[in-house]
Amino acid sequence: MPCKFCSEKPVIQLPNSERKLCKSCFIKYFERKAIRTINKYKLIEENDHVVIAVSGGKDSLSLLHLLKKYCQKRNNKIKLSVLQIDEGIKDYRDISIEDTKKFCKSFGIKLHIASYEKETGKTLDKIKKQHKKTIACSMCGVLRRYLLNKYSRKLKATKLATGHNLDDEAQSIIMNQFRHNIALSARLGPITGVKKDPRFIPRIKPFYFLTEKEVATYAYLHNLISKFNECPYCEESNRFFIRDMLNDVEAKYPGTKHSIVASFIEVLPLLKKKYKNQEINSCRLCKEPTSSEICSACKVKEKIKS
Amino acid sequence: MPKIYLEKEDKILEVKELLVSDILKSLKINPTTVLITKNNELILDDVKLSKEDRISIIPVISGG
Ligand code: SF4
Ligand SMILES: [Zn+2]
Ligand SMILES: [Zn+2]
Repeated sequence: MPCKFCSEKPVIQLPNSERKLCKSCFIKYFERKAIRTINKYKLIEENDHVVIAVSGGKDSLSLLHLLKKYCQKRNNKIKLSVLQIDEGIKDYRDISIEDTKKFCKSFGIKLHIASYEKETGKTLDKIKKQHKKTIACSMCGVLRRYLLNKYSRKLKATKLATGHNLDDEAQSIIMNQFRHNIALSARLGPITGVKKDPRFIPRIKPFYFLTEKEVATYAYLHNLISKFNECPYCEESNRFFIRDMLNDVEAKYPGTKHSIVASFIEVLPLLKKKYKNQEINSCRLCKEPTSSEICSACKVKEKIKS
Repeated sequence: MPKIYLEKEDKILEVKELLVSDILKSLKINPTTVLITKNNELILDDVKLSKEDRISIIPVISGG
């Protein structure tokens, strides 16, 4: 059956719907939906300096593509830079860094790289070799968040944009529920920041209401998908278990992921209110902002010292 | 029989089903987790293949 709006061949059936769209109708739909999110939640405003966290994967390259287009339409009153984290994972990250370099060059955007090795003296490969029993993602996630905030602040960013999509958000919401980690959920949403603090750069997620499959489709249509490449440590993460579980439920009950995120958006203002008075200290060791005495990144650094 | 290229595993299979959704079912692949292409163009899972067709299954979920 052709696209609902024209007679071209469809490239996607929208999730949770009977609608089938052709290439050009889908791209219009996708970009409108991302821009509606940007406008509704005031993710980007004039004179912002947006640092885009790019991994070289389909989500972040699609975000780069979309934001570049968005800024050009607004006479480039918004500044864009790209920040990539180099965890030091052989045959994985080194490949995606090359991809990112290529794209940044073709988009004419400056690329900054922050590495675990420079920050901690060790690559993730080395850390993992010395700490075989620790789940890589638990250390890696902490260090990545830390470096993204620290370096985007150094770059004088006003916003840090990530390619998180609806699937990612639904997974985080459910993970926090399963572990009774509601204070962490208060930090989710299309724009983060429970309270304003100049040490924390607000993170924005323009793809918040777009599914992983929609982002992948957009990426494919723009030639942004490179060869399949997966982090060698990713099997270890509990997130991937939750991801598969949600996709199984979604196949049986279409719309589940949208419902999880929509329900969450409804209670998010209450969560933010509840956690708004949480103190933000300066880490005793590195002076970065944290809710405890020593930040989680310094705890990881301590652990991997030896 | 249609040939299926699985990008993640980097291998080619032959299947007896012709309807893409039936192929996914028999390979136990969840349709929300993949893109399907024929001659480098995206197709939907309601497409019926001919015996000479060759399609690719590209995972949309990637770790890290
Ligand atoms: S999958 Fe885990 S270890 Fe690999 S890059 Fe992501 S967070 Fe790090
Ligand atoms: Zn159309
Ligand atoms: Zn610290």
